Amino acid sequence: MSVFTIEAGLALLGLALLLLEAFKPDISRRTLGLTAIAGTTLALVLFIFAPHDTASLPGFIQPWHQLDSLAIFYKGFALVITILVLWLTLECAPYLTRFTVDGKLAEMFSLPLIVCAGMMWMASARDLVTVFVSLELVTVSFYVLVAFARKSAFSLEAGVKYLILGALSTGVLVYGIAWIYGATGTMSFDGIAKALANPATSKTTALFGAAVLLCGLGFKVAAAPFHMWVPDVYQGAPTPVTAFLSVGSKAAGFVVLTRALDAFMVEGSIIGSEIQALLLVIGSLTALLGSLPAMFQASVKRLLAYSSISHAGYLLLALACRESARFDLSSGGVVAFYLATYLPMTVLGFLGLGLMRANGLGEDIKDFTGLAKRNPLLALLMTISFASLAGLPLTAGFLGKLFVFLGLADHGYWGALSCAVIAAAAGFYYYFKTILAMYTTEGTDVPALTFSVPAKAVAGALALVILILGVYPKPLQKVLTSDRPAVVAK
Amino acid sequence: MSVLELIIALPLLAALAIWLGAPARAASLAATSINLILVLYTAVQYWGKTGLAFTYSRPILENPSLSFAVGADGISIILALLTTLVMLAAIWQIHDRPDIFYVSSLLIGGGALGAFLTTDIFFIYAFHELALIPTFLMIALHGRAEPAYRKAVAWKATIYLGVGSLVLLAGLVWLVLEFSGGSKLTFDLEALRSQARLNPLPDAKQAQIFFVLLLGFGSLVSLFPFHSWAAPAYATAPTPVAMLHSGVLKKFGLYGLIRIALPLLPHGAHVEWVQNALLLMLLGNILIMGLVTIHAKRLDDTLANSSVMHMGYIFLGIAAGTEIALKGAVILMFAHGISIALLFGLLGRMRNQLGTLEYNKLGGLASHAPAFTVLFAFGTFASIGLPGLTNFAGEVLIFLGNFTDFKAGVMTNLQWTVILALWGVVMSAVYMLRAYRSIFHGSPATGLFMIDPALSQRVPFIMLAATLLVTGCCPWLLLNLMKSAL
Repeated sequence: MSVFTIEAGLALLGLALLLLEAFKPDISRRTLGLTAIAGTTLALVLFIFAPHDTASLPGFIQPWHQLDSLAIFYKGFALVITILVLWLTLECAPYLTRFTVDGKLAEMFSLPLIVCAGMMWMASARDLVTVFVSLELVTVSFYVLVAFARKSAFSLEAGVKYLILGALSTGVLVYGIAWIYGATGTMSFDGIAKALANPATSKTTALFGAAVLLCGLGFKVAAAPFHMWVPDVYQGAPTPVTAFLSVGSKAAGFVVLTRALDAFMVEGSIIGSEIQALLLVIGSLTALLGSLPAMFQASVKRLLAYSSISHAGYLLLALACRESARFDLSSGGVVAFYLATYLPMTVLGFLGLGLMRANGLGEDIKDFTGLAKRNPLLALLMTISFASLAGLPLTAGFLGKLFVFLGLADHGYWGALSCAVIAAAAGFYYYFKTILAMYTTEGTDVPALTFSVPAKAVAGALALVILILGVYPKPLQKVLTSDRPAVVAK
Repeated sequence: MSVLELIIALPLLAALAIWLGAPARAASLAATSINLILVLYTAVQYWGKTGLAFTYSRPILENPSLSFAVGADGISIILALLTTLVMLAAIWQIHDRPDIFYVSSLLIGGGALGAFLTTDIFFIYAFHELALIPTFLMIALHGRAEPAYRKAVAWKATIYLGVGSLVLLAGLVWLVLEFSGGSKLTFDLEALRSQARLNPLPDAKQAQIFFVLLLGFGSLVSLFPFHSWAAPAYATAPTPVAMLHSGVLKKFGLYGLIRIALPLLPHGAHVEWVQNALLLMLLGNILIMGLVTIHAKRLDDTLANSSVMHMGYIFLGIAAGTEIALKGAVILMFAHGISIALLFGLLGRMRNQLGTLEYNKLGGLASHAPAFTVLFAFGTFASIGLPGLTNFAGEVLIFLGNFTDFKAGVMTNLQWTVILALWGVVMSAVYMLRAYRSIFHGSPATGLFMIDPALSQRVPFIMLAATLLVTGCCPWLLLNLMKSAL
C-alpha cells in the first residue's frame, strides 16, 4: 500500500466519522474517539511498513509529491501528534463538553484526522500549489477546532482572531506565490531553484515575492512581527487543540519553510543572501519577543504560548544557517530534530495543564502551588517537561538548542547568537518560576489530585522519550540523515 | 563498563529508588558508602600511575561528535574522593528531615561526580547543571530564613550561576569550534587536547578565550566581583546543601579551569592583560572579602564569606600556572572542601540547638560540649592554615609555586600579589580565632545550652577532621596521585 493511499484513507475515515455522528446522533464519544485513535494508529503502522520512496507513489501524484527523508519524518511526526491529540481530547472530554453547544465532541474526533492528512501531504509537497491546498486543508479545519468550546467566550474570541488573521495570511501567501510565479514562471520548488540560480531572473520581483511569501508563512509559524495572535488563540482554544496548534501546525509550517528556503537559498541563488539576512533578523526578533514577555505571564497556558513563539525563533535561526560540513544534519535536519524534541515536551506540558483542568483547577502559576504535595508524579513529569523546554542539559531540549547555537557560532552570526542566548536565559527564568511554584509547600491545604492510569502511562512515556533523546539522540539523527536528495539547480 | 560509570550512576539510582519508595536514609547511606569504597579503590589502583585511567566511551552522536566518555586522572580522583567524603558526611548528619533532603544531596553529589569523572565537555557541563537545580530548589524551599528572603537569595544565586553558565557555554563552544579541526566538531576533551598540542592558537586569541572561560567558570566559583550570590546562599542554604555546594560543587569551576582552560590554552593565562585582570580579581577575593568577613557578626556570615575569600588562593595557584602551584591549588581545593563542609555541618547543629548564631549572644560553649569544640577547632585551624592540616600544604605550595623563577631584585606582578595575599592569612586568623573565642570561650551565655552530639552523630565530623589531619601530615598521599596530571 502506498503512502498516498494511507493518507487518503485517513481523510476518508475523518469524513466517515463526521457522517456517522450526523446520522447516528446517539453514538458515544468514547466509540468515536477510540475509532479515530485506532484508525490513526493503524495508519501509523501501515505507514512504517509502506515503501518509502517516491517511485512507490501512484503515477498521477508523482509530479506533486515526493518522499524524501524529511517528508517521511514529518509524516510520522504528524501521525504521532494526531494520535496524542485525539487521546488528550478523550481524556479532557468530561471537562470540554461543558463548553460545547450540544454537549458533544463529534468534530473534535474527525477534524484532526483531516488535519493529519493535510499535514502529511504538506510534508511531501514539491510545488507551491500542493503547499497551498494542503495548508488550507489544515488551517480551515483549525478554524473550527479553535472555536470549538463555543460556550466559552475565550474560545470564541480565539476562533474569531484566528479566522481573521488566518484568512489575511492566506491572502498574503497567495499574493507571494503569484509574484514568485511571475518572476520564475513556475510553481515547482525545483523549477524555482533553477530559475533563481539563473542571473537573468529579475531579482527585485523574485525578492519581493519571496519576502511576501515568508510573511504569509510567518503568520502560520508565529514569527515576529506576525506573532500577536498566538497568546490569545492558544489561551482560548481547548487545551488539546492548543497542543495540536503548537506542535502540529508549527511543524507543518516549518516543513513548508524548509522546502521553500531550500529553493530560495539554493547554491548561487540571486536572492540567497538577502533572504538569509531577513531570516536572521526575524529569527532573533521572534526568539526575543517570545521569551521576554513570557517572563511576566501569570497564566501557564499563555506562558507556553509565548515560549512556543520563542521556539519558533530558534527554528528560524536554524534555517538561516545553511549546510555546514561540520554537521551531519542539514539546517532542515536541525529543524526536524528540534521539532522532534519539541513534540514530547510540549505535549507533556499541555497534558499536565489538561489534567489539572479536569481536576477543577485553573491554569495560572498560582494553581501550580504545592503540586508536588498533591501529586508527586505529575509534578515530576511536569518538571521534566519544563526543564526540557528551558533547555536543561541531559534533556532533549538542550540538544536541539545546542545544535542551533553551534550552527550560528559556526557561521559566525554573533548578533543572532547573542539574541538567542538572551532568550534562552529568560526561558530559564520563567520555566523555573513555574517549577519552583510546584514544589512550594507553604499555605497549601488542598486535596490530592488524581489522574487515570492511561494518562500516567502516556505522560510517563513522553517524559522517558525526553530523557532518552537527551542522552541518546543517535537513532533520531540517523532517520534525519538517511540519503536526502537535496534540491539542486541543474 | 568502567568503574567510574558505576560511581556516577550509584547516587542517581539511589535517588530514583527513594522516589520509588525505598527507605531514604538507608538507601542514600548505602549508596554513598559503597561509592566511597569504590573511589578509594580507584585511588589505590591509580597510585603511582600517570595519564588518564579507567577510560570508557559510549558514542551517542557522530557529527558533531558526542560521547558519554569517562576517565580519571589524579585531579579527578582527588575531587571524586572529596565529593564522596563530603556526601557521606552531609547525608549522615541529616536528622529528622523530609526525603527531599536525601534526594537532593544525592543529586548534587551525583552531578558533581559526573562532572569530575567524564571527559566529554558536553557531559562535564551537563552534569554540573544537573547538580545546580536541586541546590537552587532547596535554598528556595527549605532555606533557613523567611520565605520571601530565601526565595530572593535563591533567585540571586540562580541568576548569577545561570548567566555564568551561559557565558561558560559560550566559551566552551568557542573552544570546540577552534580546536575541532576542519572536518568534524568534537566535544571530546582528549581529542581537543591533542589538537591544541599540534596546532596551538596564537597567544592573543588564547587570551580572549581564556578570559571568557575565566568569567564563566569564575562566576561559578564566586570570583570577585561575581561573588555576591555566594555568601547569602550559603548562609541560607539547608545544612547538607551548604556543605555540598561550598565544599564540592563550587570546586567545579576551578576544576574546569585546571582541566579544560589551562591545557587547551597554555599561554592564555599569561598574556599580560588577562593575568593582571585575574590578579586584581583574586586580590578582591582575598583582601576585600577578608575585610568583609572580619566585619561579620554572625557565624554563618563569617563562614559563608570566608568560603568566598579562600577561593582567591586557589585562583592564585591557577594564575601562577607552575606545576608546584597547580598541585597546591588542587590540594587546597580538597582541603577547603573538607574543612568548610566540616564547619557548615557543625554550624547546622549549632543553629538547631541554640537558635542563634550571633557572636554577642554566644559564649562558653566549650564547657558544655567539649567534643564539639574540638571538632570545631579542627575546622577553624584548618581554615587559618595551621601546619599539620591539609590547607597549610596547599597554601604553601601555591605561595612557593609563584617563586620558582625568582630573581633577586626583580619582582613580577605575580610575586607582588603573593606578598599582598599573605595578609589574607592574617585576616583569616583574626576572624576565625575571634569566632572561636566568642563562641566557645569566655563566660557561658545565659539561657543557651548545647550538648555534645551522640557518638553515632559524631562519625561524619570525625571522618572529615581525620581526613584533614591525615592528608595534612602526609600531603604526599595526594601529591603521589598527581604525578603527571599537570
